[in-house]
Amino acid sequence: MAGAGILPDRQLAGPTAGSPPQARRKKRSRPTRVLPLLPAVVLLALFLLGPVVWSFYGSFTNAALTGAAANNTSFVGLDNYISLFGSSVFPTSLVLTIIFVFASAVVGQNLLGLGLAALMRNGNKVVRAIVGAAVVAAWVLPEIVAAFASYAFFSDTGTLNMILAGAHLPTINWLYDTPMVAVTLANIWRGTAFSMMVYSAALMNIPPEITEAATVDGAGGWQRMWNVTLPMIRRSISTNMMLITLQTLSVFTLIWVMTAGGPGTKSSTLPILAYQEAFQFSNLGYGTAIATILLVVGAVFSIIYIRALKPEVD
Amino acid sequence: MSAVSISRVSLSAPRRNGVGWLTNGLLLILAACFLLPMAWLVLASLNANATLAVALPDQWSLSNFSKVLTPEQTLLPLWNSVVLSGGTALITVLCAVLAAYPLSRYSLRIKKPFLYGILFGTGLPVTAMMVPVYSLFVTLNLLDSLGGTIFFMAATSLPMAIWMTKNFMDEVPIALEEAAWVDGASSMQTLRTIVVPLMRPGIAVVFIFVFIQAWGNFFVPFVLLLSPDKQPAAVSIFNFFGQYGAVAYGQLAAFSLLYSVPVVVLYVVVQKFLGGSFAMAGAVKG
Repeated sequence: MAGAGILPDRQLAGPTAGSPPQARRKKRSRPTRVLPLLPAVVLLALFLLGPVVWSFYGSFTNAALTGAAANNTSFVGLDNYISLFGSSVFPTSLVLTIIFVFASAVVGQNLLGLGLAALMRNGNKVVRAIVGAAVVAAWVLPEIVAAFASYAFFSDTGTLNMILAGAHLPTINWLYDTPMVAVTLANIWRGTAFSMMVYSAALMNIPPEITEAATVDGAGGWQRMWNVTLPMIRRSISTNMMLITLQTLSVFTLIWVMTAGGPGTKSSTLPILAYQEAFQFSNLGYGTAIATILLVVGAVFSIIYIRALKPEVD
Repeated sequence: MSAVSISRVSLSAPRRNGVGWLTNGLLLILAACFLLPMAWLVLASLNANATLAVALPDQWSLSNFSKVLTPEQTLLPLWNSVVLSGGTALITVLCAVLAAYPLSRYSLRIKKPFLYGILFGTGLPVTAMMVPVYSLFVTLNLLDSLGGTIFFMAATSLPMAIWMTKNFMDEVPIALEEAAWVDGASSMQTLRTIVVPLMRPGIAVVFIFVFIQAWGNFFVPFVLLLSPDKQPAAVSIFNFFGQYGAVAYGQLAAFSLLYSVPVVVLYVVVQKFLGGSFAMAGAVKG
């Protein structure tokens, strides 16, 4: 990027009256100005857009890892989607995914995060530091380690059953009898920190005068929360809901380590099912179709998120 | 100002004590719930006869650590993790800084669509698309290639990295660059000598952010890297668990801890940089 003729270019660049003052900057011939974008664009096109396009294409073929179709992949149209919705496995998995996202993210992480953030405002300084560290630690751990810790906690001879037995309560084989409960609780444990941090920051931005005014006017704790605090942080609430929904939608490692989708397919959410179909039952086209559906769902959520928040991009 | 704080104290002080005890007690119970699963990791790693339940070791020992600290067991996988995460973070930051410059400094017609596209990209469920990525890598003959995996991971972290880097770059005033331009410097020269040094903390945050994500990533290398001598710690821990997991819980915990320490340290470092708000600072503006 040799910088030839900067000043003349600047004058030739034409009126910039319409653009905001921040953006009225050095003007030069267009091709060289966007050149620095090139490495990023190439990388994104090849390794992010590429797989997305490939996913759509692959979902219309009978691609397989082994067998006749492996060497001779052909176009099968909507066959994968038709058999997907016709099978019993896919609709079950779809329902499991919705339950998992709703229970662990929208309800669990979201409410617990908000609750923790609200409680911590009234907590003692030392207690606050302890709680913050404990909750965030579960989030900072690498996902495979968090998954092993959850596995140990919920396993038949694990910590939870030890505590239940100690309290003379009935024990449950969590990972086998109630796999969805186990992975949902584990995901709440793992991800609440994010919501807690978002809400802590949001609550800190509420001017104390406003809550005080509500108190003076006779509003109780719940009324203050419902009528003053929540409306003031609604932007953070919607941001947080969208982000944790997207994160939870693509959770794989946690469930894979804890139950591997089992027993049977009782905890196979869509990412697990896509993996099983593609790599264990060597049905690549089928797995790709599931991946494509997930991509579309993720894209829809992304678009809603961007439209709702209208982030400033200038 | 002082009037406000006085009235606040007098209003809430009478009720504070009872509610305060309740609040603190509740918070501590919640903290204990969050700590329990992690307590197992620490206690089992120090227990020669570890089980799956939290228990104080009857005999504290470091034998688990000495058993797993062998070149093929942990050191090579950890080194692979360093290469994978370091490479990913380096490429991501390089591309993100370059891309952020025109986005931050010029008014381009493609700027708005590009930034919205980037934002859209941050929302894509990347783990969900590992199946098509696998078949794409088979077709491109990139399977089991460290380079291919690094480039893929860099691409998936780029949207967030560009977004953060641009926001950090927007904070750097343009006046210094304008002076340099008048003196005949090219935009790449000013980027290298003025902008980058001024936004060093921001770049460090993006680098560490990407590094932590890559370090913790299990699914991508699990699908794309096949030979054990190329696999990072995340995958070899999983394999170790599959082979010896049923017997050697202590070693599993020890290996997990060794693998977790770097990201915990890096997280603390980033916190120091940003004063607590971590990823949100660069990622969410306004």
